[in-house]
Amino acid sequence: MQAFGSGAMTNSIADITDARAILAIGTNTTEQHPVLSLRIKEAVRKHGAKLIVADPRRIGLADFAVLHLQHEAGTDLALLNGLAYIILEENLHDADYIAERTENFEAWRAVVEQYPPDKVSQITGVPVEDLVQAARIYGGNRPASIFYAMGITQHTVGHQNVLAIANLAMLTGNVGVPGGGVNPLRGQNNVQGACDVGGLPNVYPGYQRVDNEAAREKFAAYHGVPQPPPRPGLTVTEMLQAAHDGRVRALYIMGENPAMSDPDSTHVRECLEALEFLVVQDIFLNETGEMADVVLPAAAFAEKDGTFTNTERRVRLVRRALDPPGEARPDWEIIAEIARRLGAEGWDYADPAAIMDEIADVAPIYGGMSFERLEGEGLQWPCPDRDHPGTPILHVGKFSRGKGRFSPVHHQPAAELPDEEYPLMLTTGRILQHWHTGTMTRRVGGLEFLAPEELVEINPADAAALGIADRDWIRVSSRRGAVTARAWVTDRVRPGLIFMTFHFAEALGNVLTNNVIDPVAKIPEYKVCAVRVEKAEAPEMAGV
Amino acid sequence: MIQADTIVRSTCPYCGVGCQLDLHIRDNLIYRVGASFDSGPNYGLLCVKGRFGHDFLWHPDRLTTPLIRRNGHLEPASWDEALGLVADRLASIRAESGPDAIALLCSAKCTNEENYLMQKLARQVIGTHNIDHCARL
Repeated sequence: MQAFGSGAMTNSIADITDARAILAIGTNTTEQHPVLSLRIKEAVRKHGAKLIVADPRRIGLADFAVLHLQHEAGTDLALLNGLAYIILEENLHDADYIAERTENFEAWRAVVEQYPPDKVSQITGVPVEDLVQAARIYGGNRPASIFYAMGITQHTVGHQNVLAIANLAMLTGNVGVPGGGVNPLRGQNNVQGACDVGGLPNVYPGYQRVDNEAAREKFAAYHGVPQPPPRPGLTVTEMLQAAHDGRVRALYIMGENPAMSDPDSTHVRECLEALEFLVVQDIFLNETGEMADVVLPAAAFAEKDGTFTNTERRVRLVRRALDPPGEARPDWEIIAEIARRLGAEGWDYADPAAIMDEIADVAPIYGGMSFERLEGEGLQWPCPDRDHPGTPILHVGKFSRGKGRFSPVHHQPAAELPDEEYPLMLTTGRILQHWHTGTMTRRVGGLEFLAPEELVEINPADAAALGIADRDWIRVSSRRGAVTARAWVTDRVRPGLIFMTFHFAEALGNVLTNNVIDPVAKIPEYKVCAVRVEKAEAPEMAGV
Repeated sequence: MIQADTIVRSTCPYCGVGCQLDLHIRDNLIYRVGASFDSGPNYGLLCVKGRFGHDFLWHPDRLTTPLIRRNGHLEPASWDEALGLVADRLASIRAESGPDAIALLCSAKCTNEENYLMQKLARQVIGTHNIDHCARL
């Protein structure tokens, strides 16, 4: 991350209870990181921390907050700049910390001064007195931590949203201290690890950039072959478009389901159909696998050894407890066999521990890790050598990049806003009982019993205007498609906003979502698009 | 009371918190999931998915054999045939159109070791930086 020099939770789950104030923005923690939310609740109930929740929906965590800022979806930047304005005006900032540890403060301040409370209130829909109270709570209690998730990043301005959070934390001297920090909650079990070990188009393992000459030389020597050109490869969204245009002819997918998970899913299917050769390696024949030329059966988490890295950068062991079904094999064995068949040498790994030894060799942040050392409570990166105990808090005394950098960022509206034709705003997310595209959880009887169908959250005022009662069937349309599901009439959502998931193939929110992306982070804007809602007949297959 | 043959400590496959699970195993099934009070970050706590969300492992829909599309339909095939086809097609597309005509997706649900190998396959063996996963989704 450009503000501090690395992108991960700066602090640890264990020190949440040290916080005196907590700002949770764009994270439905109770449903998406349930056990971590218990630590936040413990901080509030047992340790007296003051919690502010900023979310367009009245999520469960709001019940534990002293203040819920229910701002309009897509106005986070204005909100965050507005809080900084009040903190500066009330002299709650940490001038010594700013002088010693940061740079570019004055340039940033000049931008923030354009966000007075009355203007921010107009953009966000949050009353001025709530903005002032929130700024006093976050700015007036140390240490204070910020938690955020996809509610911040899944916008065309997601990258600027993250910078605005970093600005706020530096302004109040909250980075590099126990109980403080900037804490992105990573969604998937091993999204942190997949990034750490180089599963990204712009970095080698350990975030060594592909355009860095020293990194290229190091990997050329290690791989024993010349490296690809020093420019980033394609991101998921770009790969799909390239398949559509014929620039990418073959796609090999391990454990992902883009036909359901990616925005504008009708277009995604066209892209996948355009491929000449599609390989899908998974535990089930998911929606993407049904389009494949070759499907390879993989072992699930409980059927293999390995490691996952959690949201606090802690690497933990995954252990084989069951035999895989039929002829299914662990993914690592399948990949190594394909490499050998393509003529590669040095791919005779005895077991995952040997692969971790190689990761430790090439990725300095994992340099001191081995399966032996990961027994017990694991290790938090950076862990550069075999004697290093791991790093619970990043940026203590000094930022990874040297000085923390204030980044001026301006509010911009979402790419697609409601209009006469599509008058409501759709935001998407997940619920407690299901996971992502439902490949796993929709095959668990108990979870299906608890949450068998999509329920579209709609505010009572909007429902009344459209003649919709609770649990009525409704049709939701956007410029990209339409789906039919039942309505949940609830004030969990603001007037003008509806909420859907992407768990249910038969009523898929991603048919509606907009595939416009943040030009820097390349993250699609799942959190805001314009839709129309009307009452509908029950679909024939509904079985009511 | 039925006792487990073994109890295996592992890491939850759902969200990014990384709760530690105690998998109680008997007859190649998980029949109970517990959590140790002595191990973080969850210290005995689990959510509904971590404690009860594992029946998918032995669901009849699990893939048990490689499949190859023949005449428009996916049909069972041997590992040798499936892997041979993958290697042949990737090699011929690379030879005709260059390494950047191939793209790979690794997975936020797979292990570090598997993701590491997938990016190494892309960069070392195929010769492309076209490697990504659903971090943004």
